[in-house]
Amino acid sequence: MHREKFIERVLLLLALSSVGSLALITIFIFLEGFPLILSAGLKNFILSSHWAPTKGHFGILAMIISSVLVTLGAMVIGVPLGLSCAIVLAEFSPPRLKMVLKPTLELLAGIPSVVYGFLGVIWLVPLIRNYLGGPGLSLLAASIILGIMILPTVISISIDALTAVPDPYRDGSLALGATRWQTVSRVVLPAARSGIITAIILGMGRAIGETMAVIMVAGNALQIPTSILDPVRTLTSNIALELGYAAGRHREALFATGIVLFIIIMVLNLSATLITRRR
Amino acid sequence: MRLEPHLTQRLVKTLLWTLTGFTLLILIFIIADIAVKGLPQVTPAFLTQDSHDMGRAGGIFPTIVATAYITLLAIVLASPLGVGTAIYLTEYTREGWATRIIRFGSECLAGVPSIILGLFGFVLFVLKLGFGWSVLSGGLTLAIMVLPIIIRTSEEAIKAVPQDYRTACYSLGMSQWQTVTHIVLPSALPGITTGIMLSIGRSLGETAVLLFTAGAALRTPVSVFDSGRTMAVHFYILAREGLSMPNAYGTAAVLVISILLINLCAYTLMQRMMKRYS
Repeated sequence: MHREKFIERVLLLLALSSVGSLALITIFIFLEGFPLILSAGLKNFILSSHWAPTKGHFGILAMIISSVLVTLGAMVIGVPLGLSCAIVLAEFSPPRLKMVLKPTLELLAGIPSVVYGFLGVIWLVPLIRNYLGGPGLSLLAASIILGIMILPTVISISIDALTAVPDPYRDGSLALGATRWQTVSRVVLPAARSGIITAIILGMGRAIGETMAVIMVAGNALQIPTSILDPVRTLTSNIALELGYAAGRHREALFATGIVLFIIIMVLNLSATLITRRR
Repeated sequence: MRLEPHLTQRLVKTLLWTLTGFTLLILIFIIADIAVKGLPQVTPAFLTQDSHDMGRAGGIFPTIVATAYITLLAIVLASPLGVGTAIYLTEYTREGWATRIIRFGSECLAGVPSIILGLFGFVLFVLKLGFGWSVLSGGLTLAIMVLPIIIRTSEEAIKAVPQDYRTACYSLGMSQWQTVTHIVLPSALPGITTGIMLSIGRSLGETAVLLFTAGAALRTPVSVFDSGRTMAVHFYILAREGLSMPNAYGTAAVLVISILLINLCAYTLMQRMMKRYS
């Protein structure tokens, strides 16, 4: 009995590793970044777009706006494509096709983000430059690449949400004479709403946190974009581009940028968790 | 004007199938492009030779070693923690505030973007603990990254083991720990392996974390304190600095094919286990 108690203690200790890591991450990011937010002032930090870290200006507004726009763009592209796939696979496709396609789409979640970024540079950027103008490396390119990257997340969670709707719902609606599409649009989709919203929120989290692919296709110019063909620099790319050589307050400013990103993502994840719980 | 429902259905279905086809085409295109341009580069020499001239010439041997080294370290560190967490959550405690906090922590950890993990690993392991840009710093940070994957899959696998198995053990007078080690874990092993393989796949493709924790030295790492450039980081540097397109494609092909194969194995293993117990 004594031994069992000891084992339980050890397992509890192991089980605290994930919470412990999360706490450590939070503590270290805040310890490194918070002093700068205090000394520069929150207002100068998030409401100014004057970023000249070697001269003591730490405004990240342009990057916040760019991150938000890139993420919204990714949603505009990824959500319709992803939802269509999910609806087709869950409701309209023959079961055997679904059995092949669903795992295929999920396998693609494993393609590394650098590969998406690379193909974006090779194929997408020249297309945009030649047909739409501008430098090609742009808000639009980043949105399209991110929109494709979030597809596996959006598709797989939405399919799970749609499949979780009990069949009697569908049968009832079909028995009343509704077509399959009427059934899907008026019964199944509303019933699966919370799951689909979760899918979209998690996709957003994935898009706003993505770094490598964005660095490669977004152009990284420090400005508030006025057109979708303008190059942009997001919060994540700014950290990745400058961390290699930053020192002193400049490095603190990058960690402070990390705090902003961390908070945005935690809020998104928390809302996804809350929505799933309520269901 | 209101369209006749069957006509609407036909229109919507055409639209949805078109969008689905388009999505599949994009994804097929990605794989095909990498395979067609990359596979011809992948010769035995490419896999076994040192890199020369910053990766413009030669093979990718050092990056394969670094990738294997860092990934192995991450898995060795994360597996006991993840499996232990899963055992605790499923076998040793009832649902309550403790499990809720642990699950919540693991879910949040899964959502932390890799650039934040990179920042964290950089400040804690590289700077504060003085490990420098090294295999050790990279492995430790990656271990934190894959921990939630291992926890989630192990938990699912352990839950899939039928309750009867445990009841039978207790009725034979086995203790809880004996039941776990002799019956539950062996039965859940395929699922746990799945989690570990998914973690390997995730580690292979990671770039942002390793750029700031393992560094980018293009030498074969020997000690855990050596810096190591993984395949993904190497590919990123080749592509971004435009050093060599053929070598970039070759590296991408090795990377993508190994990840897809590993994920495919993981998936089949999980399917087989779920079929056995349902």
